[in-house]
Amino acid sequence: MTTATDIVPPTTPAPRASKSRKRNRETRSALWLILPTIVLLAIVIGYPIVTAIIQSFQKDPGLDAATGLFVTGGFAGVANYAHWLFQQCMSSTGQTIACPPGNLGAGFWNAAGVTFFFTVVTVILETVIGTWFAIIMNRTFRGRGLVRAAILVPWAIPTAVTAKLWYFIFAFAGIANALFHTSILWTSDEWASRFAIIIADTWKTTPFMALLILAGLQLIPEEVYEAARMDGASTFRTFTTITLPLVKPALMVAILFRILDALRMYDLPAILTGGGGGNGNATTTLSILVIKQVRSGYNSASALSTITFIIIFLVAFIFVRVLGTNVVRTQEAQQKGAK
Amino acid sequence: MSAVPAGSTTIPLSNAQSKSIAKTKVAVRRKSTAKRWRTTISALVIVVWCLLPFYWMIITAFRDVGYTYDTAFWPTHVTFDNFTTAFSTKLGNHLGQALLNSLFIGVCVTAIALLIGTFAAYALARLDFRAKGIVLGLILGASMFPGVALITPLFQLFTNIGWFGTYQALILPSISFVLPLTVYTLTSFFREMPWDLEEAARIDGCTQAQAFRKVILPLATPAVFTTAILAFISSWNEYLISSQLSSDATQPVTVAIASFAGSQPHQEPYTTVMAAGTIVTIPLVILVLIFQRRIVAGLTAGGVKG
Repeated sequence: MTTATDIVPPTTPAPRASKSRKRNRETRSALWLILPTIVLLAIVIGYPIVTAIIQSFQKDPGLDAATGLFVTGGFAGVANYAHWLFQQCMSSTGQTIACPPGNLGAGFWNAAGVTFFFTVVTVILETVIGTWFAIIMNRTFRGRGLVRAAILVPWAIPTAVTAKLWYFIFAFAGIANALFHTSILWTSDEWASRFAIIIADTWKTTPFMALLILAGLQLIPEEVYEAARMDGASTFRTFTTITLPLVKPALMVAILFRILDALRMYDLPAILTGGGGGNGNATTTLSILVIKQVRSGYNSASALSTITFIIIFLVAFIFVRVLGTNVVRTQEAQQKGAK
Repeated sequence: MSAVPAGSTTIPLSNAQSKSIAKTKVAVRRKSTAKRWRTTISALVIVVWCLLPFYWMIITAFRDVGYTYDTAFWPTHVTFDNFTTAFSTKLGNHLGQALLNSLFIGVCVTAIALLIGTFAAYALARLDFRAKGIVLGLILGASMFPGVALITPLFQLFTNIGWFGTYQALILPSISFVLPLTVYTLTSFFREMPWDLEEAARIDGCTQAQAFRKVILPLATPAVFTTAILAFISSWNEYLISSQLSSDATQPVTVAIASFAGSQPHQEPYTTVMAAGTIVTIPLVILVLIFQRRIVAGLTAGGVKG
């Protein structure tokens, strides 16, 4: 029954109708198998996201400035979004004014800048170093097992522990300063704190990147390299004309995953610097800003988390469009190849 | 020799080419010794990169608190005091309780995700149906979803229905990132399964469900087990949601460590925190080293080969 299409070669005309019938039947059973996952995801992701969007257009409950009565909110239009994007706040008389300094709303563009800075720098570093790791690990040498085991250690350590570990390394009297005979305030200086985050993140995530790239490298047949060697191609030329183009699909997916992950960075800066440094917000990412806001106004926090979500979605969309990385299609092709 | 494009791989070697290969063989051998050395040194750099900070955490954990900033690279002033301090509840730390919490939450999340994700993964890997691309895209999108976008509504919801600080308030949100990961990894594992055996079982009179349960599931056990490890680790390592929705009684280890209190109010309890970090990390590292091959397969299956 189910084997019909597998056994009959694709050139015979007969299985057309049966294939479509089979497909209909399988669509029905697939629906029931997938339903629990979709329902559960709708509850844990769909519900919060819809609620957040609705709330982002609501006013915070409070005292009405004109009447002096307590009001529960109401439609706020795009005020919550303007609060973040244009630093507009409500004055005590209910008018729209520019946010006073120190208000969280004023921190939006700083947080967006910090988030993008972290993303660009860490992803570039992790890609370059990760590719190098992967190339080394792809060679045969004694102790390769040890390297592959070692590379999983930073990945396995919880980010919270990683943050505490680097917090200790970067302490004023810590080993980083002692080793290089410096006296840098790693967790409070504006740029030093940013680089502390970048160093810790690169340490933790490069091995994971290397593993993903290594998996792509291993799909390249050895004969291709042998041929290049016989033709006398230099190592550099082999890398640019063979390795890079062939590993590109795997590399692009890995980079996309990393970018999306870096854009929502929270744990590391939250624990390592508390989002502080410089004037107190040198390492405040968008996620940290949302969390700072949650306890002082749901609606405003909802607007900010929606903005964050949209930014991440847009970046993914642009990345896929510009670089032509189609994760799902790559998947499907892979699956067809496997069948 | 001219650099011929890589496309010429399949062309059989001519006599002239074979001769030139023989000539270069000696040079290649000499070059390969140098290359082997470079590879070994590079490999050493990678190992040091990965293990040095980890090693520093462990030797600090065993160092007397009075020598916190000792810069010796070998264990000095060895003591177990930091571990007893880490487990002590006198300072308001609940490391023991937090370990149990993390274990409980991790097991629940993993069990739910596997139970539900296996069905979806089976359908995605095995069945041919419409909208498969959309479903895959949805699940992939869900795994990339920023956790911070869930916090605000959940914070409010759980406060309203009295769930704030309960276990279910920590388990449910974790499903949001563990379930997509589970479905994704399992799908790519299931694609590699020998499905012909299922067909054979069906010809022998099994129903599709029976064939799956009796033939495929036993074969799939390693894949399911690997996925379980990955799911458990990602739940164990979660911090953002737990830091906002847990109470002192239910907080997992990541939250406990991030807010670890020391004996001196204005002094960072570095050695104690390193001891706590070691306790939290060592089980994971052992798990990862034992199942190294499988975990690498699982990680890359979900990521690249996909």
